[in-house]
Amino acid sequence: MSRPPRPGGVGRLLLHAVAYAVIVFLLLPTVLVAPMSVSPEKYLQFPPSGFSLRWYGEYFADREWIEATLFSAEAGIISAIGATIIGTMTALALVRGRVRGRAFVELLIIGPVVVPHIALAVAMFLVYEQLRLTGTLVGFAMAHIVLALPFAIFTVLAALYRFDADLEMAALSCGASRIATFRHVTLPMIAPGVASAALFAFIISFDEAVVSFFISDLDRKTLPRKMFEDIDFDVSPVLAAVATMLSLLTIAVLVLGHFFKQMADRRAAPAAGGTKP
Amino acid sequence: MSARRPAAFFLGGRHLSEAASLALIIPFLVLLFVVFLLPLGTLLHESLLMPKPTTAHYQRVFGEPVYLRVMWRTARIAVYVTIVTLLLGYPLAYVMSRSGGLRLGLMAAAVLLPLWTSVLVRTYAWMVLLQRNGLVNEALTGIGIVDAPIRLLYTEGAVVLAMSHVLLPFMVLPVFSALKGIPDDYPRAALMLGASNWSAFREVVWPLSLPGVVSGCLMVFLLALGFFITPALIGGPQQMMIATLVSQQVREMLNWPFAGALVGVLLAFVLALTIAFNRFIRLERFVGTRS
Amino acid sequence: MRQGQAGAEGRVAVHDLVKRFGPVAAVDGVSLEVSPGEFVALLGPSGSGKTTILMAIAGFEYPTSGRIEIGGDDVTWAPANTRNLGMVFQRYTLFPHMSVAENIAFPLKMRGVARAERERRALAALETVRLGGYGERRPNQLSGGQQQRIALARAIVYQPRVLLMDEPLSALDKNLREEMQLEIKHLQQQLGITVVFVTHDQTEAMTMADRVAVLDHGRLQQVGAPRDLYETPATPFVAGFIGETNFLPGRTVAAAGDGMPVAVELDGGGRAEATAVGALAANAAVRVAVRPERLALAEPAGPGLAGTVIEAIYAGVATTCIADLGGERRVRARIAAGTGGRAWSAGERVGVSWQAADARAFATTAFGGQA
Repeated sequence: MSRPPRPGGVGRLLLHAVAYAVIVFLLLPTVLVAPMSVSPEKYLQFPPSGFSLRWYGEYFADREWIEATLFSAEAGIISAIGATIIGTMTALALVRGRVRGRAFVELLIIGPVVVPHIALAVAMFLVYEQLRLTGTLVGFAMAHIVLALPFAIFTVLAALYRFDADLEMAALSCGASRIATFRHVTLPMIAPGVASAALFAFIISFDEAVVSFFISDLDRKTLPRKMFEDIDFDVSPVLAAVATMLSLLTIAVLVLGHFFKQMADRRAAPAAGGTKP
Repeated sequence: MSARRPAAFFLGGRHLSEAASLALIIPFLVLLFVVFLLPLGTLLHESLLMPKPTTAHYQRVFGEPVYLRVMWRTARIAVYVTIVTLLLGYPLAYVMSRSGGLRLGLMAAAVLLPLWTSVLVRTYAWMVLLQRNGLVNEALTGIGIVDAPIRLLYTEGAVVLAMSHVLLPFMVLPVFSALKGIPDDYPRAALMLGASNWSAFREVVWPLSLPGVVSGCLMVFLLALGFFITPALIGGPQQMMIATLVSQQVREMLNWPFAGALVGVLLAFVLALTIAFNRFIRLERFVGTRS
Repeated sequence: MRQGQAGAEGRVAVHDLVKRFGPVAAVDGVSLEVSPGEFVALLGPSGSGKTTILMAIAGFEYPTSGRIEIGGDDVTWAPANTRNLGMVFQRYTLFPHMSVAENIAFPLKMRGVARAERERRALAALETVRLGGYGERRPNQLSGGQQQRIALARAIVYQPRVLLMDEPLSALDKNLREEMQLEIKHLQQQLGITVVFVTHDQTEAMTMADRVAVLDHGRLQQVGAPRDLYETPATPFVAGFIGETNFLPGRTVAAAGDGMPVAVELDGGGRAEATAVGALAANAAVRVAVRPERLALAEPAGPGLAGTVIEAIYAGVATTCIADLGGERRVRARIAAGTGGRAWSAGERVGVSWQAADARAFATTAFGGQA
């Protein structure tokens, strides 16, 4: 008996070929920089002529690089905490509360994503100059919180939508106050979502380049700003080392994010409700 | 226990009261006012009222050929990038949507990794690849397509290529979401009814995936319009886009009103698109692969 | 101060409750009193307002107007968590990140009960719902019926004034549901706690409740013991909603006071005797309601209305005959097995009759149009 032809033999093959080519295209630049960063040569080349951690050494020995990294880390942590707290509050109000002017609030939430960062950057630069916030940790943190908030809010919103609101009613009926309900029921249920919000807020802040470019000053600059200057100045292999380390950081963040997502899936499963015994 | 009816503002019940909701949302509103609305407002204020109420700065944006060329180029590059990302992103999103398990996981990782990698890192990688003695030129001369290394960096093609790479995940994820939501039975039913593979795709899958396509194109186009880092580093003066022009006006010319006018034009465009396509902007898609 | 049997503590009173959602009145002027230790079921179709009333008692909805008292306190505007009520929801609302014992101890923890005492009482409550030994499990390791028993234990562990239940058994399959109905009822009697129970299932309401409040379109139709609702429904809606009823339209021959026998000239021919519900004028439009099991079938020459058997459905315990009385009137008669009488088959001529005391005549104007 002849089986019917498998749908789209050639077309299917072509489709998969294109898809894998695109994956290679997506990964290639990042993947190629890593070997170059361990080349002993002053000029980047591929394949590297040997193995050397020379450029990593230079990075760690350079006070400017380390200071910029620490400053970015500080701004990132503060931004992560700020964006997560404010984002969770906002998401709670939107899902469980009654918000007047909801359409306006929703537009405001996506604002920092759709408004080009260059527009925000020069606008903040203008105001920060007057408020003497350029080059300050507070200034960076405020700017980065605003940039990270849309993602934080949407992450927590998604977590709240997945979780059965009847559980909060149950807690209230057990005599728990609104705050106790949040602490003992809501927060534990959405914790993985909140954690990934914090994680992504951190990486948004840590990697943010455009606004940082404008609100840095000569002494206090973030890592991306320092990279920007160096790239513009001369494409040194130290940058390859920094780029590789940043890629590794991103991988770590994604792995952690994936872990949180699995936790969230496990938590949401029993609360899905209405399941037969 | 009071028998008097409290103001509706304080009544919660199943939901949080309006008062509690407002208290929760105030930090967001204050922050967005100070660090978002106020700066943008101040900048627009500069563009319209400095030194006196005038539309001169806006007239200059549209009046001088050099600036018109920048805006035209910006729009053109944004359109190219949107098209390239759609052509590359759709097949990948399609294969992802029909995969599961490990293969989907690896593909999703391949999309998410660049998305969350610093734009600077990715731009830098392209600079390394495209430079005169870079890998691409080595490959081209090695195969014998060209005799001597050609100039790749600081061309419009390089800008489009690098920007497409940076923005591709913003196309793949929404399209993937939309395709994932189409049950396999639909195209199957079309095949049963006698459609060819191609017409099953064209008549069933493609129309159903359109919301994702619109969402992806919108995100890519919006982000491309205001892109700063990549064109600034990979493009030369001949490839100046509006963001670089704004930066130049602010940092070199200190011409705030004119920079404000440029931003004003950009914002008007972005705001119109956002309001028109508001429902297609779904940020949670960029944080995870399933939503 | 809290003990189930205590006098006024468990009293629930709803006065003139109105709840509008926009232009729609979900609850339209309902008053209801529940005595301490009483089991009252709110019964009605979906959209009848029964859940809204329960939510207002619980504090999850605030009324447009009206008043709610629990144990003599006006709690109309009190937040839900201060009302000291127990509640069991339709969906399983156990906290998935807590063990079964932690779930049950949660309300005690919220009341500041010391840990040792919490554990002791949680274990006792587990025994009460016959799930001793399940304390360390996670809710998702339990079946639906077990989860609802745990939810019940959590709702009674702090001896609340009143237990509210919102269709708690509707997610369970039929056999388990019937088992749980009796179990909950016995538990309620043992604890002496006041229960307000929402359901759309009349059998469930009749099985469990001391009194049933029937609601339709946000209005209270009748409150009474299951037997009263069935035997003497106050409105055509109740007659039709609880059990099966044949309705025959007609006009009164003469005026009659409430509860008095009245003769009715039926539309489409024939005369019937019924008991008047409320005072009826002469020549008033009425509908005569009579239960299928109260109809007597006899040879066509006998008394009553003449008709034709269309269908006879044998179902073991009873046989249901559908008879056509002419003029698009059809009635169902139920003949219980073992009561003698002959078997009817389709096409036979038949005489249909009933006792005046078994039929009720409702004025059509009052609740016109409802079946």
